[in-house]
Amino acid sequence: MGSKPQTSLLKRSMGLDNPWGPRPIKTSPARMGVYGFLIVAALFFCIPLYVMVITSLKGMPEIRLGELFALPNDPTVAAWLKAWAEACTGVQCNGIKEGFWNSIKITVPSVMVSIVIGSINGYALSFWRSRGANLIFGLLLFGAFVPFQVVIFPLIIFTREMGMYGTLPGIVFIHTAFGMPIMTLLFRNYFSSLPEELFKAARVDGAGFWQIFFQIMMPMAIPITIVAVILQTTGIWNDFLLGLIFAGRENLPMTVQLNNIVTTTFGVREYNVNMAATILTALVPLVVYLASGKYFVRGIAAGAVKG
Amino acid sequence: MEEKGAQINDSELNSEVGKTVESAEKKPGRKRKRISFSALIASMPMMLVAVGLFVICVGYSILLSFTKSRSFPRFNWIGLDQYERLWNTERWLVSVENMFIYGVLFVVICLVSGFVMAVFLDQKVRFESGFRTLFLYPYAMSLVVTGLVWQWMMEPSLGIQNVIQKLGWAGFEFAPLVDPEIAIYGVLVAAVWQASGLVMVLMLAGLRGIDMDIWKASRVDGISTWRTYLFIILPMMRPVIVTSLVLLAVGVVRVYDLIVAQTGGGPGIATEMPAKFVIDHITVRNNVGLGMAAATMMLLPVLAVIGPWIYREYVSPRKRS
Repeated sequence: MGSKPQTSLLKRSMGLDNPWGPRPIKTSPARMGVYGFLIVAALFFCIPLYVMVITSLKGMPEIRLGELFALPNDPTVAAWLKAWAEACTGVQCNGIKEGFWNSIKITVPSVMVSIVIGSINGYALSFWRSRGANLIFGLLLFGAFVPFQVVIFPLIIFTREMGMYGTLPGIVFIHTAFGMPIMTLLFRNYFSSLPEELFKAARVDGAGFWQIFFQIMMPMAIPITIVAVILQTTGIWNDFLLGLIFAGRENLPMTVQLNNIVTTTFGVREYNVNMAATILTALVPLVVYLASGKYFVRGIAAGAVKG
Repeated sequence: MEEKGAQINDSELNSEVGKTVESAEKKPGRKRKRISFSALIASMPMMLVAVGLFVICVGYSILLSFTKSRSFPRFNWIGLDQYERLWNTERWLVSVENMFIYGVLFVVICLVSGFVMAVFLDQKVRFESGFRTLFLYPYAMSLVVTGLVWQWMMEPSLGIQNVIQKLGWAGFEFAPLVDPEIAIYGVLVAAVWQASGLVMVLMLAGLRGIDMDIWKASRVDGISTWRTYLFIILPMMRPVIVTSLVLLAVGVVRVYDLIVAQTGGGPGIATEMPAKFVIDHITVRNNVGLGMAAATMMLLPVLAVIGPWIYREYVSPRKRS
């Protein structure tokens, strides 16, 4: 009996010494303003996604009522099934699933090859610093910003001469080349940030250039490799122009197929099917983004802010 | 493929090391030399791409702009004729004008809204990461998706305009894509929606990097929060602002997917852009010479923005430690 007030007293005194739980927030008008602004901004960003999802779940008669923001009365996934398997991309009506598999076939090898090459480049650059290397690197970086339009025509001719134009290896080559500046930058900055003693110690122990790379550097580069995978996966999946021009008729990526579905219409435009196809196309990068949060942001920061 | 090559090289190198281990011990300089030789091999792909893609291809494009090439490259020189024709082409002039209107507004709005969002998020708000996720997710989606969603929402008879009008505001207008005068602003809204989260993330990282002592000092001096942000913090964020500016500006010159998906360049030629002009001329219009002249013109603003930036940040020996 007597111990009860004692413990509560103890608790209170502990609470005073060592506060825990969320910091109490003062609700002043300014604070309300901050939250008000953030919520309005969040709504602006959410609305398109919301509209996309509910439109895709409606039937066409319901869409013709013109209630853009109304929830579907009778949700149906019919539009999703049609978008996946039956929607027409130009003459063929096989849905967007072909585009999905094409995008997988393009993205997976492109991501792998560009990361392998980018990491080796970045490693070489990280300790091989001469004026010339910096010049080449500056040139490569300039390449990261050159509009594709300036190099596309010569590349069409080059890939055609090599017999790669309109093939899967061709588009993988193109993505690897265009991804190289950013991948090199990413890995160079990361390897430069590692302590130099690590490299020196390995040298003293007799490890060569490649041994250091494969046995010491790469295992340490796992975090930056994750960043690179995310950056390249979303980038290549979302690419439109390069896929349109270099992938060839057989390998058109999902973004191109999506655009074909929406723009080539015979008769009535089926907005629900269009929106379902749009979500399906956006799904892979969205999942990558949501699952990777912190790494995605790091990729942006690493790509944008110099190390 | 590349990795295999690397491994072969590795084993070669190891055997070589075995053979010359004594001499290497005697002359410490030799091993260093071999390392830099391996580094040279390792950076070959990068050099090939840097020189092949960004020197030879760019040069080739510029050369072609002085020729009469139609669908295949032909080197019959016609001097600056293509440029003369280009600047007399209605569609090109509209494209350039659009790029300036769109570009200036896009960059300014993204920078301002990105900074404001970052500042508001920096107030120790709850659910900060939730808000951040919401602000940034459009950036993860492709411009094709962005263009199609906004095209649907801007649809005159079923989109936002219709909903607001039905609510009783009969004069409400929000269907920019069907009006040639304002169609470009419709594209602008979609582009800002997609990219302003990017600026927010960069700016937020910049704000977090600012020394807390600055805040303490400004508080001691009795400077109000918003004045501190505007006159003290903002000038300190110059590097972040420059980086954002460069990224956004390059995005402006490149914009192609968004136009193709959202408007197709229409109505008429109201939302044409230089990037689309070039692609159309080297593909469907079979006029490579004119397209390459346009591409060369596109290169100029990029060089003007990027050249000094890259030199200062990376090449200049002063900055390399």
